[in-house]
Amino acid sequence: MTSVSPMLSPLPSEAAPPSPLAEVIQETLALTRRLFVQLLRRPSTLVAGVIQPLIWLFLFGALFAKAPAGLLPGAESYGHFFGAGVIVFTAFSAALNAGLPVMFDREFGFLNRLLVAPLRSRSSIVLASVLYILSLSLVQSIAIVLVAGLLGYGWPGLSGFLLVLLTLTLLVFAVTALSLGLAFALPGHIEMIAVIFVVNLPLLFASTALAPLSFMPGWLAWLASVNPLTFAIEPIRASYNGSNVLSQVVLQAPYADLTGTHCLVILLTLATVLFLAVRPLLDRKLQ
Amino acid sequence: MEKLGLIELHHLKKRFGGDRKTAPVQALDDLSLQVPAGCLYGLLGPNGAGKTTAIRILCTLLEPDGGEVKVAGHDALADPRAVRRLLGYVAQEVAIDKILTGRELLQLQSDLYHLRPSQSAERLEEVISLLAMEEWIDRRCGTYSGGMRRRLDLAAGLLHRPAVLVLDEPTVGLDLESRKAIWQVLRQLRDSGTTIVLSSHYLEEVDALADRLAIIEAGRVLAEGTPQHLKQSLGGDRVTLRVREFSDEEESTRIRALLDVCPGVRQVVANRSQGYSLNLVVDDESVTEAIRSCLREADLPVFSLALSRPSLDDVYLQATGRTLMDAELAVVGQRDVKEERKKQMR
Repeated sequence: MTSVSPMLSPLPSEAAPPSPLAEVIQETLALTRRLFVQLLRRPSTLVAGVIQPLIWLFLFGALFAKAPAGLLPGAESYGHFFGAGVIVFTAFSAALNAGLPVMFDREFGFLNRLLVAPLRSRSSIVLASVLYILSLSLVQSIAIVLVAGLLGYGWPGLSGFLLVLLTLTLLVFAVTALSLGLAFALPGHIEMIAVIFVVNLPLLFASTALAPLSFMPGWLAWLASVNPLTFAIEPIRASYNGSNVLSQVVLQAPYADLTGTHCLVILLTLATVLFLAVRPLLDRKLQ
Repeated sequence: MEKLGLIELHHLKKRFGGDRKTAPVQALDDLSLQVPAGCLYGLLGPNGAGKTTAIRILCTLLEPDGGEVKVAGHDALADPRAVRRLLGYVAQEVAIDKILTGRELLQLQSDLYHLRPSQSAERLEEVISLLAMEEWIDRRCGTYSGGMRRRLDLAAGLLHRPAVLVLDEPTVGLDLESRKAIWQVLRQLRDSGTTIVLSSHYLEEVDALADRLAIIEAGRVLAEGTPQHLKQSLGGDRVTLRVREFSDEEESTRIRALLDVCPGVRQVVANRSQGYSLNLVVDDESVTEAIRSCLREADLPVFSLALSRPSLDDVYLQATGRTLMDAELAVVGQRDVKEERKKQMR
């Protein structure tokens, strides 16, 4: 250390303080940037996140390649059928893990650094995680759509693709809210990882990702038709079949026939309810 | 120096635990402090005295059960954001992101404090050069030594030029060189008008740095003032006496009884952590002769007998009835580190 250092000059008087919105944007982008720098410097998460669904797609597609034609309603092959499931499950897994970085920040005290800062809104911390997971799962989905297309499992078309993005956005929003809630409610990352384990695969198997409702025993069909994953999978699957998804029945649930619009409204409701339910907890922990 | 406190803590109370699993701990027990503007203020006390709790409350990380916190007229409980803008906080446990480089961490910090891009670049250079971090600031934080991390943390705390800098045990566990370097920066900052609050359980650190200090134990302020004033107000001279290199409790009790009645000796305290050496407060240096003859009559040897002016350690002893080292030893093993970590988690 040099013996003579320039001293800090006094703070110049603020000419025009930045608007609150500009401040929220500044802090949110800074926090989001940090998450992306972490991702790019430790790319294993990203690589695994893209490769894993492709392996699923490839192996499951091969496993059921000889399934009798017409077994799966409306699909030419199992890969064709399963693509929608892989896309949704990948986004779902990523969102379920969204709270982990926040949990580590809590445990290592980094969150305190954020909390002593004069953040305009502490929701920026939450918002940064949502933005990060949303863009991450969109990148993953695009990769899956491309590879599924190249494997000959079909293309969703442009309007179909937009519908895929919209559906995933709603699902990711809902699950990220849940995950951030867990990150503040649970005592540590061990517990958090345990919960993720317990929730992740059972939700996959109790959805229409792997098999249609018509394959399932009655009770499982019921379970699958209240599973949020199903409400995301079916509109995406239908959009691969190129029909008018919003007005068409995409899910013949035991309780009602649901159109694409129904599914999207259910997802929107779920996202809203979860967000509102988690908010008081976040407010309490962050104030 | 103005008497008006820039920072005012009034009757702070905070209790932890007390649920089914943990016994209640009164971390702060009616703690009040006034820190004048431009002052380097030391909070001195053993581990577990409540220093960190007081600092966390001041920095709006923790709400007290009762009491008031004011910084430059802003109520930290009612308007925490106003206080956060004024404060720079350097935490005890250095929280850095190992994956980011030092510069990226500073950039993040500057965005969290809403510096404008034009200001931000300039400030970054300023703190990097102030703490002499040029060489390694673009390396990832994970590769930094303890001293480098602490400097980076200090730099982050200074980035927005806070009126008040709050440091919790800023040099704990650091090598001598890093410690001296941080001391120097703190002095420079104080000289340029920054108010600094620093907690420490190092006597020499507080003695070397602080304009004023408060001795804190069990969540209360036991003594407060400038180091000079506190030392002078004790009065008398100090004698450290050993009849042999390591004595025991029984012998020290015996000698205490002997010296208590020796003329010119005001007080005798046995220092357990120093092998039961005896710390005496005496009227003046002539009393040493009386002590020697007193011991000679009792047929006791003298291993060492040293005379000194009152030190901060004596101030501490006077205020709390034990030396800081004894207080430290008393809490070793009593603290549940895991529990404390949980306490700090949000």
